[in-house]
Amino acid sequence: MFGHASPVDSSDGHTAPTAQLPRHIETLFESGRKKSVDLQRKTHPKDPLSENMIEALIRIRDNRDQDAFVTVFRHFAPRVKAFLMRSGADATLAEECVQEVMATVWHKAAQFDPSRASVSTWIFTIARNKKIDVLRKQRRPEPEDLPWGPESEPDQAEALGLQQESEKLGAAIAALPQKQRDLIEKAYFGDLSQSEIAEQTGLPLGTIKSRIRLALDRLRHAMDAT
Amino acid sequence: MSDKRPNTITHHLTDELLLGYSAGTLPEAVNLIVATHVSLCDDCRAAVEAYDALGGATMDHLETVDVSDACLDGALDLIRNGAWAAPDRPLVPQDSVLPQPLRDYVGGSIEDVKWRPVGMGVKQAILPTTSDASARLLYIPAGTAVPDHSHGGMELTLVLKGAFSDEDGTFARGDIEVAHEDMHHTPVADISEDCICLAVTDAPLKFKGLLPRIAQRFVGI
Repeated sequence: MFGHASPVDSSDGHTAPTAQLPRHIETLFESGRKKSVDLQRKTHPKDPLSENMIEALIRIRDNRDQDAFVTVFRHFAPRVKAFLMRSGADATLAEECVQEVMATVWHKAAQFDPSRASVSTWIFTIARNKKIDVLRKQRRPEPEDLPWGPESEPDQAEALGLQQESEKLGAAIAALPQKQRDLIEKAYFGDLSQSEIAEQTGLPLGTIKSRIRLALDRLRHAMDAT
Repeated sequence: MSDKRPNTITHHLTDELLLGYSAGTLPEAVNLIVATHVSLCDDCRAAVEAYDALGGATMDHLETVDVSDACLDGALDLIRNGAWAAPDRPLVPQDSVLPQPLRDYVGGSIEDVKWRPVGMGVKQAILPTTSDASARLLYIPAGTAVPDHSHGGMELTLVLKGAFSDEDGTFARGDIEVAHEDMHHTPVADISEDCICLAVTDAPLKFKGLLPRIAQRFVGI
């Protein structure tokens, strides 16, 4: 998970810990998925909130259910607004963008696949793209779609596995030391590069980089433990 | 169809680039080279999905900001009455050199690239992105000799066709070199085939920086 261990951090010349960090996403989202399905009743109580959000999104997708839309809006709009304001939007612009992000959720609900992304992740990517469009005024280059075969039936077990991984990730983030968590939040939601974070906080760039690296390592370990 | 493609790519994106792409904090030209590499590399595609999951989970934990009732009313109005033009990607035919993100920027296939000669048989085509970083396609004739050279800022080079080698190894299709200003390399183009790369630089263009490092070396500036 979270990319590759790069053997050399060329910007400050330090050698990163080279013990090849496991490429979790493969284990996590393939073998890990099956494993967690077996384990889930014993070890992971389901999170009722994320259950509700998945159900609501599926009701939007399949029944164009406006009550379900209100449910999703009430949960996510304050989060998307917080994200946009931390990226530099004022309250008025942030609310305009929130409306458009939530309308996009409604219109693109057919593309939501609970076996590929959690509701939070999916809405985060829509909000992020809105930020790039409105605040950074850039196009967003997206990767080529994978040449998947004919659309297969959504896999319940996969969706369940992914949901559990997402909950685990949420718990791992909540358990990060405050300083590391702050930096992860800044990296995602301050609209700052790592050098800009260094300028803003007055911390040396090397400190920023190593704290972010430590946070990622910690998350990798948390995701690896069963 | 969903079988994993054999992954022959050995030079990947860094954590910093993956995180920045997911967070949406990179210059457009850098996003373009990330999206192009991810189009060719299943490992980095999976890593980007993991970083998106981190973004989603972090957004869940943000301190929320209250939203006005008018905002909800406006959203309901948008879903009931708003026109929705699905921003579908224009279908550009497959191309064995340019993955989709580059076809989007070229507006066609490799045959549609408007090359301009820059000397020694090297050609380039600058792609339209925001000016905080620049992206260009480079065409380098097979076997061109390369003098050692250093440069300013960060430079990313992604091989699309052919190959080059330097102290870090061999870079073939899909491999990305992440070079910083303190690096001194002497890349050598593959003798057997012309090389096409996507090069992105984040430094403001200086007089010597008119060409990315790799092209400077190839043309011997």
